[in-house]
Amino acid sequence: MHRYILRRLFLLIPVMFGVSLVVFTIMFFTPGDPAKLMLGERAPEAEVAALRAQMGLDDPFPVQFGRFIFNAVRGDLGRSLVTRRPVFQELYARFPATLQLAAAGVLVAVVMGIPIGILSATRQYSAFDAASMGIALVGVSMPNFWQGMMMILLFSVSLGVFPSSGYGTLRHLIMPALTIGTSTAAIITRMTRSSMLEVVRQDYIRTARAKGLSERVVINRHALKNALIPIVTVIGLQFGYLLGGAVLTESIFSWPGVGRLMVDAIRQKDYPVVQGGVLLLALTFSVVNLGVDILYAYIDPRIKAQYK
Amino acid sequence: MAERLLEIDNLRVEYHTDDGVVTAVEDLQLHVEKGQTVGLVGETGAGKTTTALSIMRLVPAPPGRIVSGSVHFHGEDLLHKRLDEIKKIRGNKISMIFQDPMTSLNPVLTIGFQIEEAVVLHQGLDARAARARAGEMLRLVGIPPEREGDYPHEFSGGMRQRVGIAMALSCNPELLIADEPTTALDVTIQAQVLELMKRLRQQFSTSMLLITHDLGVVAEVCDQVAIMYAGTIVEYADVNTLFTNPRHPYTRGLFGSIPSLDEEVTRLNPIKGLMPDPTALPSGCKFHPRCPMAGEICKTRVPQTTNLGQGHSVHCMIYEGLVPGYEE
Repeated sequence: MHRYILRRLFLLIPVMFGVSLVVFTIMFFTPGDPAKLMLGERAPEAEVAALRAQMGLDDPFPVQFGRFIFNAVRGDLGRSLVTRRPVFQELYARFPATLQLAAAGVLVAVVMGIPIGILSATRQYSAFDAASMGIALVGVSMPNFWQGMMMILLFSVSLGVFPSSGYGTLRHLIMPALTIGTSTAAIITRMTRSSMLEVVRQDYIRTARAKGLSERVVINRHALKNALIPIVTVIGLQFGYLLGGAVLTESIFSWPGVGRLMVDAIRQKDYPVVQGGVLLLALTFSVVNLGVDILYAYIDPRIKAQYK
Repeated sequence: MAERLLEIDNLRVEYHTDDGVVTAVEDLQLHVEKGQTVGLVGETGAGKTTTALSIMRLVPAPPGRIVSGSVHFHGEDLLHKRLDEIKKIRGNKISMIFQDPMTSLNPVLTIGFQIEEAVVLHQGLDARAARARAGEMLRLVGIPPEREGDYPHEFSGGMRQRVGIAMALSCNPELLIADEPTTALDVTIQAQVLELMKRLRQQFSTSMLLITHDLGVVAEVCDQVAIMYAGTIVEYADVNTLFTNPRHPYTRGLFGSIPSLDEEVTRLNPIKGLMPDPTALPSGCKFHPRCPMAGEICKTRVPQTTNLGQGHSVHCMIYEGLVPGYEE
């Protein structure tokens, strides 16, 4: 198991290298001269050329890419063209907010999604099942930005319960977390339901019932653990995705996270920040995936046996 | 006469499917006396498993539904008990061994835990005593108790079925229902598992309802045999009588289809035709379309049970004197 984790961590190196290559290549061939961007449209040609030389922008692609990797390995992702601050610091300052929002959103989703999914499955075709599946469909279909705006209208403008923007306290967190949480909850509910429905038809559930166990024990002890693999997969994917920054939700609630930083960076052609952000996204995604794979082993001993 | 442990009367179980109503069990009569092993024999789809699940009240509903009848266990009708009363009987007084050991154990729980669970529930043992009991049961079925922390996937099919047996016997049940316990196993392992069940059944003085389609298994293990066809018992007798003097044309057909070791046989001698479509069962006697002895009356009249003495009963118009019988 430990060897498996070490091997997976080691595999992160080629993954990150590959992502770097792709991102750097795209940025390299994107039109627009960073030196010109920094100095402004009307800067004299000589000054721009001097800055280009200084920044090494005239070097051939492999040299530039090599330099980028060499610096990135040491934690230096370059400087923002706009703020002139190191990209690493920019991301580092924003990441806690994103992590907080992602964790809160997933927590809301898990707390709502799994119990509702289980109840729906155990009462298949009941009124409860129909209602929760209907709500889940609405939850999946409702765009986050629209839901966010509606919540602001209701809770901030009309009722004045929660602040419409900002970051720092629990009251700030509730609306964005709910916005993210409801759509994720809908996905988790549906996955839990279908996975449970699959599992309760299995022979070993009949065996458990034949032992005289109560329905609660049959479901919670025998069925749920078997149903968890696809549920955990979905939670992991959602969490990884949110860690890259819930772009729309962060924008609506002026949440100072990585997602908003990226949107601003793209708009301002602040390519070192974009590069750094994508790398961070790839890294968090890979780490979350690894976490999910490790979790699999604790859920299913058959998977653990394969991790030798 | 020995005490009747289990008595099933006029049991009728239906499945409501998209293709119509399937009557899986119809007017079924069956009893198990204390200390006996009764074999329930029939083809796939005859309703054997449904009968077993009905006793445990485990018929999946929907689509299944126990429509009518009674299942008396120690004189009490299980079909009219509350579910919480049934749960005290399941796994405790009546337990079940399932057909496919590859799928009937929970893959994410250790086998030790799966045995302990029933013991803790029904006998109120604490964790330590339950563990000791599970270890003892494993030893009895020939699995080293040290392996109680292992998961089902770490065992072979035969060993998993031993775990299933250990689990079923862990609370010392009065009735053990074994639903084709050896069908999914290799032939060599089948004999081992059967031998084990036979030995433990005697050791625990458990009565058993053994569901099978294998007459060899019946001869090996059973005291009484019930032959089931399309949801009803067509013949019931002790094993000796049934093997030496089968009466129902279906039973005769079953024996006739077993090739003899002494004769040169080039073609097997099967019962003609197929099991009827369960959504459209034949009228009258359900066996009449395949029956070599069938007369006109068999198409319309449902046969009654005829008692031939010494506990031998048959469900056929020949013995009611309505159709000419075999020349003896």
